[in-house]
Amino acid sequence: MPAPQAQGGGKPRVFIVDDHGLFRSGVRSELGDQVDVVGEADDVAPAITRIAECLPDVVLLDVHLPGGGGQDVVTAIKATHPQVRFLALSASDAPEDVIAVIRAGARGYVTKTISGAELVDAVRRVAAGDAVFSPRLAGFVLDAFAALAPAGGAQTFDPELDQLTPREREVLRLIARGYTYKEIARELYISGKTVESHVSSVLRKLQLSTRHQLTRWATERRLT
Amino acid sequence: MPSACRRRSATGIGNIPHSTLRAGWPDQGLPGWRGTCPGRDDGYVEDSAGSASGGLASDERGQPGPGPDHGATAPPADQQHRQHLWDRLLHRQWVGKPCNTGPMRRGQEDRLVAGVAACLAARLGIDVVVIRVAFVVAALLGGFGLAAYVVAWLLLPAEGADSNIATKALNDRRGLALAAGLGSLLIIVFVIADGLGATWLNSVAWSIVISAVGITLIWRNTPPDEHEMLRRLAEPVKGLTGASGRRRLWLRLAVAVLLLIIGMAGLVSGRSAHALLAPLAGLLLVIIAIVILLGPWWLRIARDLVLERQARTRAEERADMAAHLHDSVLQTLALIQRRADQPQQVIQLARAQERELRSWLFDGLAPGSADGQETTLAGGIRLIQQEVEAQHGITVEAVTVGDCELDDDLNALLAAAREATVNAAKWSGAPTVALFAEVEPAEVVLFVRDRGRGFDPQAVPGDRKGLAESIHARISRHGGTATVRSVPGEGTEVSLMMPRDARRRQPSRPART
Repeated sequence: MPAPQAQGGGKPRVFIVDDHGLFRSGVRSELGDQVDVVGEADDVAPAITRIAECLPDVVLLDVHLPGGGGQDVVTAIKATHPQVRFLALSASDAPEDVIAVIRAGARGYVTKTISGAELVDAVRRVAAGDAVFSPRLAGFVLDAFAALAPAGGAQTFDPELDQLTPREREVLRLIARGYTYKEIARELYISGKTVESHVSSVLRKLQLSTRHQLTRWATERRLT
Repeated sequence: MPSACRRRSATGIGNIPHSTLRAGWPDQGLPGWRGTCPGRDDGYVEDSAGSASGGLASDERGQPGPGPDHGATAPPADQQHRQHLWDRLLHRQWVGKPCNTGPMRRGQEDRLVAGVAACLAARLGIDVVVIRVAFVVAALLGGFGLAAYVVAWLLLPAEGADSNIATKALNDRRGLALAAGLGSLLIIVFVIADGLGATWLNSVAWSIVISAVGITLIWRNTPPDEHEMLRRLAEPVKGLTGASGRRRLWLRLAVAVLLLIIGMAGLVSGRSAHALLAPLAGLLLVIIAIVILLGPWWLRIARDLVLERQARTRAEERADMAAHLHDSVLQTLALIQRRADQPQQVIQLARAQERELRSWLFDGLAPGSADGQETTLAGGIRLIQQEVEAQHGITVEAVTVGDCELDDDLNALLAAAREATVNAAKWSGAPTVALFAEVEPAEVVLFVRDRGRGFDPQAVPGDRKGLAESIHARISRHGGTATVRSVPGEGTEVSLMMPRDARRRQPSRPART
């Protein structure tokens, strides 16, 4: 889904953070001349300095880094440069790590098995301010919110943020089943823009929900 | 013998098809009884056994009928049917003229055991019931009927067969040896029984020996359908002995105690000890002599039987192994040949195959069966993902939401999901397949989606229709449903649903994937 680039100037400027040099060059060649790769880093500390210097549109961020989690990079940059957007890119998929990066502020998550064309598309969409959910992320999110639902205590319960609407759940399910946004729109008889807004709303809930069950869910998972 | 009873009612008096009765009504002199030949309702005409029966049918047409307007007064069908039964009983011709002059054959239609009685009935023109009663009476009086029946079974060829069982049995050396062994053993038993004073056994001894030998030969040389019949006849006996270990034990104990009591009674039946000793000693000598004479031979027969069983077991194991190798190793080898130019994939395939073969050889785990290796749904899905990725070189995007323990139903669901995934990997041409499972409180839903070439469900080629049907068959037995949706050029999605067993239902745990 080619979305017009928000910052103008055609190609989105991309920064790659990954501890494997081989993988970084692989991504670089896959992205080709579709995007403008402005820099790369292999750990948390250099990533934070370099990103602050070159201010890319999109940072492709490995979830696991030697000097800490990808979320440390997101948190540090978001504090100073909120306009930089992050797309998590990972091979190993511990759900709690992925959710942590998303909650820190990444706008999407794709797996490393993604094809070059799809990656370019995902980068474009994140640059345009959309959320990019891979099937796996959709599954994780469904799982996280399903774990919240039955606990339904009365305390700080905020249905606005702590629960998915039936429509959002439907959209997430279809993403998990491997549908594209366009196919979801056709399946649910809604427009592509509505699908986008549902996904963005899920992302917002994921990031803003202060419900401690969400953290507890992550902790429990880490324990099991 | 319940099976025989069942057959009796099925082939008995009421078995003539209505259409035959109605068609036969206007033509015949006797209302409700089609002809002079009792064997006629045994399917002799319908079977077109030869020109003889055809000619017979036309002969009967020529018999003078009651009048052309008779058919018009025929009562309605069910009433007519009832009346026919009654008429048939009243006017039954118990003895008529023979209606089959061709070679005697045991028919399939009206047989209770082997069709001997029906065959004789057709030949002699006597009602089959009369012959059956005669056989049973003769069997009860001295066992002659049983022996005669078995001998007739051996000698009369079955319909459609070109030789009788006896001819075949003559070529079956092991069967002959077995029969001779059994016969001699029985004779010895009877001789001993005679020596012990049970003279009444002598009257049935020969028929029992002949029957046992004959049935042994029949058992070894009969075609499969009659084999099935023998098996069914033997079922009640098997039920007594083979039902459960405990019951078998009690049965054996009872028989042993009974024999003991009889023997003791014989020993202590008033004769003086002195008079008893001589015949007992003689009997003992005879037994020893016979054992010395025939013992090795019996042993050899017993050993042959054991060897034969072992050979059969080995053959079955071999077939099992062949099936397994065909499913796994041969498939992998074929894939490796096709991907010879992609060393990375070849290595991957070889490694996966090695792992699977090892687990099969050394841990006894059936390959590809989720049960035994994984106990949760998410684990089973992960296994499918790994195996399909390894064997077919595609990416499987597996997502599981929630998790639960596996039971039979969910194993069936996983098997169906595996088939759908493998099918997508093989036929869709798509590089990735999405596999999504969600555990809900009342059911588990599962979707297998590819973005491949798809097909038109209206104009389905055989292979993909087979997919839908076989997947459906896998899970419908467990109460699940399967639907396949596909658009040419856009891909295919298989949706599976399995209701969760209410007893095993428990709060779903987060997936571990």
